[in-house]
Amino acid sequence: MFRSTIKKLFLGMIVVSSGAAAEGPSDRLKEECSACHALSEVTLDAQARMAQKAPPLYYAGTKYRRDWMVSWLQNPARIRPGGMFSGNHTVVTDDGDDIDPITLQDHVKLSANNATEITDYLMTLTAKSDLIIAGEYKPKSVSKRMGEMNFIKFKGCGSCHQAEPDYGGVSGPELYTVFNRLKPDYIVSFIRDPIVWQGVSLMPSTGLNNREIYKLVDYLKLLSGEN
Amino acid sequence: MRCQLAIATIFAVMVMAGQAGAEDGNRGKVLYKAYCSQCHGMEADGYGVNAGYMEIQPKDHTEAKEMNARTDDDLFKAIRDGGKAINKSVLMPAWGKNISEEDIWALVRYLREISATED
Repeated sequence: MFRSTIKKLFLGMIVVSSGAAAEGPSDRLKEECSACHALSEVTLDAQARMAQKAPPLYYAGTKYRRDWMVSWLQNPARIRPGGMFSGNHTVVTDDGDDIDPITLQDHVKLSANNATEITDYLMTLTAKSDLIIAGEYKPKSVSKRMGEMNFIKFKGCGSCHQAEPDYGGVSGPELYTVFNRLKPDYIVSFIRDPIVWQGVSLMPSTGLNNREIYKLVDYLKLLSGEN
Repeated sequence: MRCQLAIATIFAVMVMAGQAGAEDGNRGKVLYKAYCSQCHGMEADGYGVNAGYMEIQPKDHTEAKEMNARTDDDLFKAIRDGGKAINKSVLMPAWGKNISEEDIWALVRYLREISATED
């Protein structure tokens, strides 16, 4: 009994001391986010990619827009309709495969202060910035009709991605807010070669030339309401 | 004695070949789930979670008649270079940069297994 009480007190001290040590956003990220998000570089294979719970954050500053992230962390709407890997959330029904929403986990909500503090720290994580050509993307206008035809019919992006809420493929992230979420030069770089970012990608590396990539990004910009 | 040794060797080779086949089949199954199931379905019947949003129904890989009409080389080419390479839908992307040739062959053998067809 006495020994058990001492043990509990000792464990309590460890918990308290580790809590006290976790002061900065870096420590908080490790404690609260690392169970789902990779915070240091990992190279995945197909099996590990399927098991991935959330996007890596060690190059968050290279990838995400600051203002969007501050806002999203306070009101985290789902970006991937089928989860990080749709096969882990799929049920086979008589009408075909479907996503089981009960299996999808919502992202934790942060206060405005915490969201700002965490985001400011994330913006300092600029690994893989050598994969970006800063200022490469120069916006041009595209008509909705032509952009949509290219996106759906010619490039097949709509098979996996939604270009409007609740319509389009569900295995990839929705793209009607992508231009607000991600830095444009990152989007260009990712479409050009999605594999280099994590060593594996469930998005095909299609070998599009620069002009084709820029046209797709012009359309993504239009979808976000920025034309 | 020599005869017994030969039988044991043949048996060992058969067991090893069986194991290699099972590993290959499992590899094909894992790759299929990772890269193909979203469109072609968890049961490979063409009813994946994305299929309802596509203008062309993804191929039913369990359909022996259709799969028999394709050679292994056709299947390999379709996966590596995309549907367009074999005059099929552009919605089937080219996976040649994502998946190694060895793994594409594992997928081809898995397709043969689930459709119960041969080259």
